[in-house]
Amino acid sequence: MHELSIAESILDIAAAEAATHHAAAVTTIKVRLGNFTGVVREALEFAFEIARQGTVAASATLEIESVPLRTRCPSCDMTGSSDFCFICERCGTPLDILSGREMQVESIELAEEEVPWIASR
Amino acid sequence: MDRVSVVTDIRQANQNAAHENRKVFDKCGSCVINLMSAPGAGKTSVLEATIREIAPSFKVAVIEGDLETTFDSDRIRAMGVPAHQITTGSVCHLDARMVAKALAVFPPDGADLVVIENVGNLVCPAEFNLGEDLRVMVFSVVEGADKPKKYPLMFHTSDVVLLNKIDLLPYSGVALSELLRNVVEVNPRAAIFPISCRTGEGMEGWIGWLTQELKTRSRQALSTLKT
Repeated sequence: MHELSIAESILDIAAAEAATHHAAAVTTIKVRLGNFTGVVREALEFAFEIARQGTVAASATLEIESVPLRTRCPSCDMTGSSDFCFICERCGTPLDILSGREMQVESIELAEEEVPWIASR
Repeated sequence: MDRVSVVTDIRQANQNAAHENRKVFDKCGSCVINLMSAPGAGKTSVLEATIREIAPSFKVAVIEGDLETTFDSDRIRAMGVPAHQITTGSVCHLDARMVAKALAVFPPDGADLVVIENVGNLVCPAEFNLGEDLRVMVFSVVEGADKPKKYPLMFHTSDVVLLNKIDLLPYSGVALSELLRNVVEVNPRAAIFPISCRTGEGMEGWIGWLTQELKTRSRQALSTLKT
């Protein structure tokens, strides 16, 4: 269940951005997640629900964009969506990965910081 | 509401820590192996058999990762090889920061080879770089020929795959040819050695490969020092 440490890393990145922008809260975190990573989407969503508690992203939504596994042959240039077979079916060369290993915080949405004198009125 | 572009790799914090570990290992002149497998595939036994073969020529140090107990580091220390135990409690993998903490109290000064034996797990450790030079995976053939396809990431990210317990093949119903084909499909660049660390069968191929690797790397390190 390493999704919990992945969720904590996501929250650390979001919290650092929120602090830089003096934001009161993080409302949305958008993540790109490759299909060829050791992360299970549902487990990450569940871990995020737990890990966000008490953080600046306590009520944030996690949006996950799945990135499919794509490969290219360095020899004959054939591209494809490998079914975990990394040998070129045309020429037998080991394939390179074009996409599918992403694990990235893409963007976040922030709520403006409350200005104290406005809040107190 | 503000939308802020971030584009930061979630693994970045671990990557940074791994990079710092790398500096420590480079300073010590050590080649580092991240040894991974499912629980019970025979990591520690393969490590013991490997140490027996290479210890006369190379200095070895071992960092052990387990959820609980010091069984593994005790076994390594009983061979006269320095070992440090990390117990993760409930964490299913080692990360670079845990290794950094270990290095602070267990600097591998003078070790030609540092082996970090990861927590037994076929999934999670594959995503966490520890600052290693080589990823070596032990897979016991009795786990089944289909596993490379079911758990492709660790197979794909390994430099070496040791197919252990081939002495049990006759009792397992597993066809080695099918297993080999699946490993090659998932990782056509890996060096693959079918072995039995118990009977010693096939070990000479792996030991020869590792010895060559250690010699090449120490020559490279020497030439870097001279320039």
